[in-house]
Amino acid sequence: MTAIERYAAPNSLDEALGILQQGEVTILAGGTDLMPQTKAGRIAFKATLMNIRNVAGLSGVAFDGDWLSIGATTTITAILNDPLVKKNAPVLAEACDHFASDQIRNAGTIGGNISNASPAGDTLVPLIVLDAEVELASKPNGAVTTRRMPLAEYFTGPGRTKRAANELLTAVRIPLPKPGHVARFYKFGARPALDIATISIGIAGVKKDGALTDIRVAFGAVAPTPVRAKRTEAALEGRRLDDATIETAANAARDEVNPIDDVRATAWYRKELIHNMTKRMLDHVAQA
Amino acid sequence: MLLKHDIEFTLNGVRKRVTVDITMNALDMLRDVVGLTGTKYGCGEGECGACTIRVDGETRNSCLMFAVDFNGRDIVTIEGLAADPKADALREAFVEHGAVQCGFCTPGMVVQASHILDTHPDADAETIKRGLEGNLCRCTGYKKIVDAVESACCGGR
Repeated sequence: MTAIERYAAPNSLDEALGILQQGEVTILAGGTDLMPQTKAGRIAFKATLMNIRNVAGLSGVAFDGDWLSIGATTTITAILNDPLVKKNAPVLAEACDHFASDQIRNAGTIGGNISNASPAGDTLVPLIVLDAEVELASKPNGAVTTRRMPLAEYFTGPGRTKRAANELLTAVRIPLPKPGHVARFYKFGARPALDIATISIGIAGVKKDGALTDIRVAFGAVAPTPVRAKRTEAALEGRRLDDATIETAANAARDEVNPIDDVRATAWYRKELIHNMTKRMLDHVAQA
Repeated sequence: MLLKHDIEFTLNGVRKRVTVDITMNALDMLRDVVGLTGTKYGCGEGECGACTIRVDGETRNSCLMFAVDFNGRDIVTIEGLAADPKADALREAFVEHGAVQCGFCTPGMVVQASHILDTHPDADAETIKRGLEGNLCRCTGYKKIVDAVESACCGGR
C-alpha cells in the first residue's frame, strides 16, 4: 500500500533540498529501479515522492578544475555519448555501453545507479577505480552545504549508502587522468544486453616502465557492496607486470573476494571468474 | 485514497490533460486511462521492450516510467507512428519482410526501430541489432526484423 501524501517536482536545488529537509522523501529520477522495486514491495514509498528531473544544474558533464563533474541526473545514454567522458574517462563510457538496453540507458541516471547501491551496479566499479567522489548537498540551517566522499567509502550494504535522509546526491566527480593512466573494465553476463553482472572487474593505474603504480582494483557482485580489492592492489603496486606478478595478483583476487551462490552463478564459479579475468585483463595491460 | 496529480503533455501531437494516480506507470495510463492499447504490456520490468514509447524523442520502457513524469513532455506511441508519413517506409518494410508473426512485440519493435533510424540514419545490421537488444521477439528469430529495419534505412538500400 502506498502512503504517498505529496508529489513534488522542484525546479531548483534549493527547493529540492528544502523538501528533503522536511523528511520522509522518496527520490525519483529515471524510475527504472524505483518502479519495479516499489511494485515488488522491496522499497516502500515515503510520504513525499520527489521527482528531481527538472532540478536545474543536476544534468550534464563539465570540467570543474582538475575534475570531471557528472551531474546526478545525467542519463547513461548522455554519458555514453559525451566527448569529455570519452576522452577523460573512457572506461566509464565502456561500462555505460554494457548497461542494460537503449530504452533503459535513455531513462536511467548515473545518480540513480549510484543511489540504488546494487553490488552489481554497472557504473560503480569503473567509478571506484577512477577514484570518483560523490557530492552530497543538504540545507540543514537554511543554507545549502555540500560534502564530498570517495565513492569507494560510500556504500554500506545492498541498497544502502552513507547519504543522510536530508541529503541529495548532486554529482559524481572524477579526477582528470594523469599521464600514463590506464583503466580497464570487464563485465561477465550470460548475454550482452539487459543482464545483471555475474561479476565485474575494474583495474586502473599509472603505467610506467612496465609497472603499475597508484593501482586500483575493484570488483562488483562478489560482496554486499562493490569493493576495492586492497590485497590484489598490494600484490601489483609498483611491481613489474610479469607473469609471476600477474599470477600472484590473480590468486590474491580469488582469495580476497567472498561471493555468494545465487541464480546467476555459484560462489565457486565467481571466484574462478575473478581469478581468470583479472589475469587476462592484467595480461592485456602488460601487453598494451 | 490514492494521491492523484494533474499532468499535461503532448501525445502524438495533441495536447492532453490527465489526472493520474501518483504511482501509476505510464503504460497503464496509456492503455487504461487514455485508451491507446497499441503499446503492449509484456514483462512489466523493462526486460522485453513491448511497451517502448518515445519520450522527448528518446525511447523508454513505459512500464518503468511514472505517469506523472509525462508532465510537460512530448510522447509518441505506435498510434502516433501509424499516422506519421516518415514511418511509412518502416511499416511497409515490416510487412514486406514478414517481420511480424504473432505481432505482440511489433509495436515496441517499430517504435524502437524508428528511434534507431533517427539516431543512426546509416545504421548497418550490427547497429540495428544493438539498438533492438532491449526488445524481445519469441517468434521470428529476429532476422526478418533486422532485415526489415535495414531495408527501411536510408530509404531502402
